[in-house]
Amino acid sequence: MRQEIIFAGFGGQGIMLMGKVLAYAAMLENKKVIFLPSYGSEMRGGTANCTVIISDDEIESPIAENPNLLVAMNRPSLQKFEMNVITGGCILINSSMIDQHTSRDDVIKKKIPANTLAAELGNEKVANMIALGSVLELTGCVSKDSIILALKKSLAPRHHDILPLNKAALEIGSERVE
Amino acid sequence: MKKVIVKPKVLHNIPWHYCPGCTHGIVHRLIAEVIDEMDLQKDAVGVASVGCSCFNYDYFDIDMSAAAHGRAPAVATGIKRVQPGRLVFTYQGDGDLCAIGTAEAIHAAVRGENITIIFYNNGIYGMTGGQMAPTSLPDMKTTTSPYGRNVQETGFPIKMTEMLALQEGCVYAERTKVSNPASINKTKKAIRKAFELQLSRAGFTIVEILGTCPTNWGLDPLQAIKWMEEKLEKQYPTGILKNSKGDSVICDKK
Amino acid sequence: MEQVLLKGSEAIAEGAVLAGCRFFFGYPITPQNEIPEYFARRLPQVNGTFLQAESEIAAINMVYGAGGTGARVMTSSSSPGMSLKQEGISYLSCAEVPCVIVSIMRGGPGLGAIQGAQPDYFQAVKGGGHGDYKNIVLAPSTVQEAADLTYQAFDLADKYRNPVIILGDGILAQMMEPIVLPNEKQDFPEKNWALNLDKNRPRNVISSSYPIVEELEKVIIRLNQKAEIMKGEVRWDTLQVEDADYIIVAYGTSARIAKAVVRQAREIGIKLGLLRPITLWPFPYDAIYSLVPQVKAFFALEMSTGQMIEDVKIAIGRERPVYHIGRYGGVIPRVNETLEKITAVAKG
Repeated sequence: MRQEIIFAGFGGQGIMLMGKVLAYAAMLENKKVIFLPSYGSEMRGGTANCTVIISDDEIESPIAENPNLLVAMNRPSLQKFEMNVITGGCILINSSMIDQHTSRDDVIKKKIPANTLAAELGNEKVANMIALGSVLELTGCVSKDSIILALKKSLAPRHHDILPLNKAALEIGSERVE
Repeated sequence: MKKVIVKPKVLHNIPWHYCPGCTHGIVHRLIAEVIDEMDLQKDAVGVASVGCSCFNYDYFDIDMSAAAHGRAPAVATGIKRVQPGRLVFTYQGDGDLCAIGTAEAIHAAVRGENITIIFYNNGIYGMTGGQMAPTSLPDMKTTTSPYGRNVQETGFPIKMTEMLALQEGCVYAERTKVSNPASINKTKKAIRKAFELQLSRAGFTIVEILGTCPTNWGLDPLQAIKWMEEKLEKQYPTGILKNSKGDSVICDKK
Repeated sequence: MEQVLLKGSEAIAEGAVLAGCRFFFGYPITPQNEIPEYFARRLPQVNGTFLQAESEIAAINMVYGAGGTGARVMTSSSSPGMSLKQEGISYLSCAEVPCVIVSIMRGGPGLGAIQGAQPDYFQAVKGGGHGDYKNIVLAPSTVQEAADLTYQAFDLADKYRNPVIILGDGILAQMMEPIVLPNEKQDFPEKNWALNLDKNRPRNVISSSYPIVEELEKVIIRLNQKAEIMKGEVRWDTLQVEDADYIIVAYGTSARIAKAVVRQAREIGIKLGLLRPITLWPFPYDAIYSLVPQVKAFFALEMSTGQMIEDVKIAIGRERPVYHIGRYGGVIPRVNETLEKITAVAKG
């Protein structure tokens, strides 16, 4: 098993958190994992992105050279990274923010209306967890329980009241991806 | 015969390299006397700088750290943050403190670092052969201002101690001179006061001392004393520039 | 052992804290800001001191002051900031003040770019500051190694009374990997040379000033003899060198890429091996030279126009060709493009 995933969107969409939580969950499952954020001028207003590589074997290069999944949370991210995905890979778009899918025909096209579903859940901030739920459904790289445990371990106990909301978001994301 | 004066304990009995008529020796002696009188030989750390006084790590019989040019306040900060209970002072000339070391000095004052800067100001670079310093007087001839310091081109004498005194972290700033017994006694009191404030963790302290450089001024020792009082002191009036004693300025760094 | 997920920069900082480092002086610069930020949070919890200096110059001189008292002390910076620290590093080396200096390389020269690169090999390994001196330079390649080598760097610094440099890059500093942290160090060496609080010792002086040239020469000879002893600390790692026809030499992040290149080269029938220097000074000259009889050509993969390659050439002389492969300015070499260059040589 080897997954190379790009998470991309704009600042404030919780892009880095998606990657970090997934990496944490992979560690809890004793998988090899590496999280690499993109940083720099891009952090200020432009796209924010990070990559997560999860593997059963040693991860050599920290750079995701052959991403098999792009999670595009906004339109500029799709445009920036859609050509990077390997043939036969998958592009997941946040259809709340992107009206037109990739024009590539050699990849699997998936979508999730993450913001719309998050709003229905009562908190648009969990759009990232909804998209992450879709990632789990599409890749099976870690379990939802591991994600919840990762969130629990990385959040201060006073914030643990948001765990049920995040769990619901993950579940909706995995159910509604299409 | 009755001994009326002895060498301070914390001065080594070795020949010094200072020129005839130079007043660095007086200032060294005053620091040594104060450390003796406060019984701080084992508790004091001096930070030598770069300039004429750069070998004073051999003259003081206390722990010494020899800093790079201008960096003494940063070195003193490093020492003091590890050993807040010790007396930490720098000894810096005007080239070291007011040119290359401006940032380190200002920010030590800004932080209210519990250190004391002993600032020897003679308006010239002595060690390197009499070049113009930021403190050199208007029209003063030096080897790099051979026609006299033209303030239109080179700027005006820097008001370093005034700048340091402006900072909230500075609790005590005094300018003195070492030209006669009265001013020498006054200088000693100022050094003692600065050291006492430092040990009470009050904040940053500085004593600026107007001194001579007969060699590079091209004067004999007596003329140099006279020049210091007539010219240098006119530009840099002696007196207390800041004294926050009684105020609530406390910069205790634990 | 419990795993923790840390950034390279956080692993460096925590490795230092576990090694007994209680004083950190630094100045913000990307891409290493997570190091001072970590210390700012962490050191107050262990009764230590974090101080943000007014410049890299001030920070390295604070290290000089604090290290001179015998305390375990560290600073970190990135390329332009490391240029400013060179003055202080020269003084630290000559005055023999132990300390750990972390250099997280980014694209240069000048202001350059903030992405990870490897253009400061010469600066770290060949001097950087003025005068004859040598510092041990450790080059971590994983987040685990970032913690471990920083932890060990403090012992090496104390053992030799010498600065030790951790040379990483922006990729290593930013990436997160699961690691196991070392145990908190309990025993520390005596430092009778330091300006410590022992009132029964003779006075000590921390200085790099030797105005009498014969004395300075003696000091330089002694420092050089120390450098010869420090050469015993040379460390390297190898991957599939036993039957290799070709060897790629790479350190840090480049070595991670090189590992993938080795695996893929073998899949297409090229017997490629990797030699990864862990210490850049001392450089593993002998280890590289020992491979000459079996190897047809060497490759130096580095994110610079060719700095480490000079040491590879020193190691093997003119007995075999050495080819440089690299990308610059923060562009990361790709596995496939690196493999293409190696394939071109291997297939003649």
